[in-house]
Amino acid sequence: MKLSKMISGGLAAAGLAAFAAMPAWAQDAAAAAPAAPFTPTAEMVNKGDTTWMLVSSALVLMMSVPALALFYGGLVRTKNMLSVLMQVLAIVCVAALVWVGWGYSLAFTSGNPYVGGLSKAFLKGVDATTLAATFSNGVYIPEYAFVVFQMTFACITPALIVGAFAERVKFWPLVLFVVLWLTIVYFPVAHMVWYWAGPDFLNAAPTDMGYLWGKGALDFAGGTVVHINAGIAGLMGCLVLGKRIGYKTEIMPPHSLVMTMIGASLLWVGWFGFNAGSNLEANGIAALAFINTLVATAAAALAWALIEQLVHGKPSLLGAATGAVAGLVAITPASGFAAPGTSILLGAVASVVCFFFVTTVKNKLNYDDSLDVFGVHCIGGIVGAIATGIVADPALGGQGWIDYTAAVAKPGVYDMTGQVITQLKAVGLTLVWSGVVSWILFFVIDKTIGLRPSAEVEREGLDLNEHGERAYNY
Amino acid sequence: MKMIVAIIKPFKLEEVRDALAGAGVQGMTVSEASGFGRQKGHTEIYRGAEYTTSFVPKLRLEVVTSDGEAAGVVETIQTAARTGAIGDGKIFVLDVSQVVRIRTGDADDDAL
Repeated sequence: MKLSKMISGGLAAAGLAAFAAMPAWAQDAAAAAPAAPFTPTAEMVNKGDTTWMLVSSALVLMMSVPALALFYGGLVRTKNMLSVLMQVLAIVCVAALVWVGWGYSLAFTSGNPYVGGLSKAFLKGVDATTLAATFSNGVYIPEYAFVVFQMTFACITPALIVGAFAERVKFWPLVLFVVLWLTIVYFPVAHMVWYWAGPDFLNAAPTDMGYLWGKGALDFAGGTVVHINAGIAGLMGCLVLGKRIGYKTEIMPPHSLVMTMIGASLLWVGWFGFNAGSNLEANGIAALAFINTLVATAAAALAWALIEQLVHGKPSLLGAATGAVAGLVAITPASGFAAPGTSILLGAVASVVCFFFVTTVKNKLNYDDSLDVFGVHCIGGIVGAIATGIVADPALGGQGWIDYTAAVAKPGVYDMTGQVITQLKAVGLTLVWSGVVSWILFFVIDKTIGLRPSAEVEREGLDLNEHGERAYNY
Repeated sequence: MKMIVAIIKPFKLEEVRDALAGAGVQGMTVSEASGFGRQKGHTEIYRGAEYTTSFVPKLRLEVVTSDGEAAGVVETIQTAARTGAIGDGKIFVLDVSQVVRIRTGDADDDAL
């Protein structure tokens, strides 16, 4: 997804506008007032698109609860299972409310190139008749559908972060971090990458867009906004909090890889909403994003299993599931731009790179990213974001980029080298912005109210001490 | 009276039980155990993190017999539990000084 100019105004405004926009009237009107501003009408909304966006929103919600919660939960020890489930559930709830409060407005209204304004805080002016732009001239979806679709992205992104410091964080300080991080990091980055006036408006308002959108950075479904953003924040969190007690000296195997498998599989299914839904319309490009999401993931899961066969002599389920997630992450920014063939290559390459980071780089640098949020999401996101500049090239069967500054959008001339450089800039800006702010937030919260539980609590487990319950009573 | 304690491979339980029943043994106690002998543990790898488990899962059998039957029971277990590979387990024989059947109060050989 990327996008958009929301058109506020109730029925009255829409009705007036419909008059002006109707072709029969327009002939007379055009002669008198040729510069009449474009106003979308209810006829520009397609029920198929609306349905697809609502289904996609539900699929993306499923990615966080229960998919991500189970994927992460299975990887921790029995004594911390509920803490991870609770953190993910609470973050989803908090993010949904913050999104309605000021998130949507800060991300998707016109402000400056770096952050939107507060004109739609608490969804002011949004109602069942207001519309949101898609990627096609004259095609709109109900604004509520767009708000809720984007809401699910704001829900899952901070939930991804908790994996990096799982098993050693206090609950309420984490919730505070999430509110601040969404406000200072996520909403501005979403604005920079995805906000623009919409295809029918960019011609008249060529500067009404986010900074990275304006630079031409391509991010179909959130490689930078979601995965690099969350991945680098996770790394900062695990650095500020320090390693778990017993890291590398005690045995800490995952407590249920069955849960992890269920979670990874549901993530894959939900990801069709994430990637194909990001097209905002139910059309051929949505289908393209769908098939790319399937084949890149398949290639990535197999690639990880093959590397393990070569390196360790056995292909593990955890390896294949991790590879699948790495592939999903990597195809995310490229899903609507690549061809199935290049998607397969991208998935496999991302899997190899993530394997190297998770098994080798992490050990060499000796940081305790509990569930490999950095190694899989940030690194997979970076590989995907850069590769998007390559696979989007029409010479390789890609979709290229669309010039929306024309009155009717048309394909632009593709320059692969220039596009890769633009992608690198977007990656760099996200890494620096999210990395620096996240580190400061973690540091300040840790020094003031404290982020890490006492050694005793950590040893006995967060479930009993932070939540007063245990996952399995038998 | 003798108590025969056998540590065996878990999948050998049914064969041992059938063999002992065939030899006239009236009862036994089985519990799950883990440990190591010459058969060391195994290695598990999770995303490259290697954990060596030094304890191998086993079953612990306890059979109490009269002095005269002990040698036969030991031989029966040894034959039934054997695979010939490392890790087949061990059999220990201990003296038992007293046995009481809780329901009737029968003592010693009568309680077996």
